[in-house]
Amino acid sequence: MSELIRKNASELVDLLSSGEVSSVEVTQAHIDRTAAVDSAVHSYLHVSPESALATAAEIDRKRAAGEKLHPLAGLPIAVKDNLTTTDAPTTAGSKILEGWIPQYDATVVRKIREAGMPILGKTNLDEFAMGSSTEFSAYGPSKNPWDLTRIPGGSGGGSSSAVASFQAPIAFGSDTGGSIRFPAAVTGTVGIKPTYGAVSRYGLIALASSLDQVGPVSRNVLDAALLQDLIGGHDPHDSTSLPESLGSMVEAAKRQDVKGLRVGVIKELNGEGFQAGVKARFNESLRLLEAAGAEIVEVSCPSFEYAIAAYYLILPAEASSNLAKFDSVRFGLRKAPDGNPTIERVMAATREAGFGPEVKRRIILGTYALSSGYYDAYYGSAQKVRTLIQRDFAAAFAKADVLASPTAPTTAFKLGEKLEDPLAMYLNDIATIPANLAGIPGISIPNGLADEDGLPVGIQLLAPAREDSRLYQVGAALETMHEEQWGKRMIDFAPELEVR
Amino acid sequence: MSELTPDLVRHLAGLARILVTDEEVNRLTEQLSLIVDSVATVNAAVAGDVPATSHPIPMANVFREDVVEPSLTQAEALSGAPESAEGRFKVAAILDEE
Repeated sequence: MSELIRKNASELVDLLSSGEVSSVEVTQAHIDRTAAVDSAVHSYLHVSPESALATAAEIDRKRAAGEKLHPLAGLPIAVKDNLTTTDAPTTAGSKILEGWIPQYDATVVRKIREAGMPILGKTNLDEFAMGSSTEFSAYGPSKNPWDLTRIPGGSGGGSSSAVASFQAPIAFGSDTGGSIRFPAAVTGTVGIKPTYGAVSRYGLIALASSLDQVGPVSRNVLDAALLQDLIGGHDPHDSTSLPESLGSMVEAAKRQDVKGLRVGVIKELNGEGFQAGVKARFNESLRLLEAAGAEIVEVSCPSFEYAIAAYYLILPAEASSNLAKFDSVRFGLRKAPDGNPTIERVMAATREAGFGPEVKRRIILGTYALSSGYYDAYYGSAQKVRTLIQRDFAAAFAKADVLASPTAPTTAFKLGEKLEDPLAMYLNDIATIPANLAGIPGISIPNGLADEDGLPVGIQLLAPAREDSRLYQVGAALETMHEEQWGKRMIDFAPELEVR
Repeated sequence: MSELTPDLVRHLAGLARILVTDEEVNRLTEQLSLIVDSVATVNAAVAGDVPATSHPIPMANVFREDVVEPSLTQAEALSGAPESAEGRFKVAAILDEE
């Protein structure tokens, strides 16, 4: 197996731009890796080796001709399958969209194409990104490369497992309540949910429009910064896109200074329900930051107690509306009952056949939360909780420059363990959901292995809206301290996968 | 306890245009009742006069420049349709025959 696949994206970028390796070599190495391991890991729903190699060859030709290229030109990438691509099926992990070829590229996809990044394939996810494990994908779950009997996190477990198993140096995720950060935590990778509106959502199949955000998945903080600098910025196709630039994340990741920085520890996210090994690693990282000159302060966010409840009203409400477009008319599945049914009966039969159990649960829950007579008590109250959570963050950020918590209460659980218990599944996102409700950015970086099970643990850092650069600065600093301590990257502790 | 009953769940599924069997209605009623009881705690959180937040970063009146841009052709727009005819989406009857 080529050693190229183990390199960080930023290292590959340097090798590509100096001409030491070609994009075809790098791309082919990842295609070979997928052929060798993906029957076991199942990161991809669709692979596109021919078009990836064609892009790579084109970039190599341009580079040889001395053309000016984007810094990321030639670096292959994996794309979560809820982002539209005109040359590959886009299913969102659902049977209702099986085989659908979109007529337009998502803005982030257009940007990676313009930069000359070969697209390796489309990665697995829980159906319409509803889930924390990929077990709700209609096409079967992805597996955690650290232990193939465990979940790779969700919804973006396809992207996290692809990056963790060296099938892609970098990938796209989308984060509505933790779908980038939770998979990153349990697979020993880096995941970032940018500020709401920092990256265009155009072409992202919407789950909950006021919460969704596209972001990078990588093995290194600098790698993620390279991608956010490419995909960030205003997009006239997304009316919620921020008009202003947030500056260079790459510069922030290279700055790596935490002296005098105030790190707020969220009291409510480090206690009951958190696994011992998760807490131990978290406290060790706080001490590292302190030793490097950061000031650790405690902050309290009392309304976080209601965050999951508010989230599971707002998300289903928005999702029930967003998913109404899957109606058997313009795209996707159509299933007509026998006889001469009306369109209403065709729609109901199509949605019965095309949606899985979690999607149905959430659509019906959202329909309930929005229905007359219940609206104020449920959706209305949830929106007020959202205000309280924003106020908690505002108060916390008055005392601290960044906030810190474990990314998730536990390490990766076993496949099947929480499948029949929706409420237990929802609790995985207790630390990640508040950031989506408030629209602020969050990063999860590798934070060591839990003593009790030897599985990856993540640490989450949060910053005020538009201050994404702080996450890259502090995240990269902590990553460097960790790697000095460990003598290698955390991903290098992962067991070798059996190759086919 | 939530007010979810099998009849209400069947009604909600109908509003959401999802065909459900009796067995599914029973399972959904049980699961959704647990979820609704859990999420109903939001009521306890908002006793005072708290404004609602619908959007994390508020923006108003967002328009793009009023210039003509390329859009999908008719054939492209119809390309994903399960059925089309004469350049249009073809669907089943909207009204019952009776």
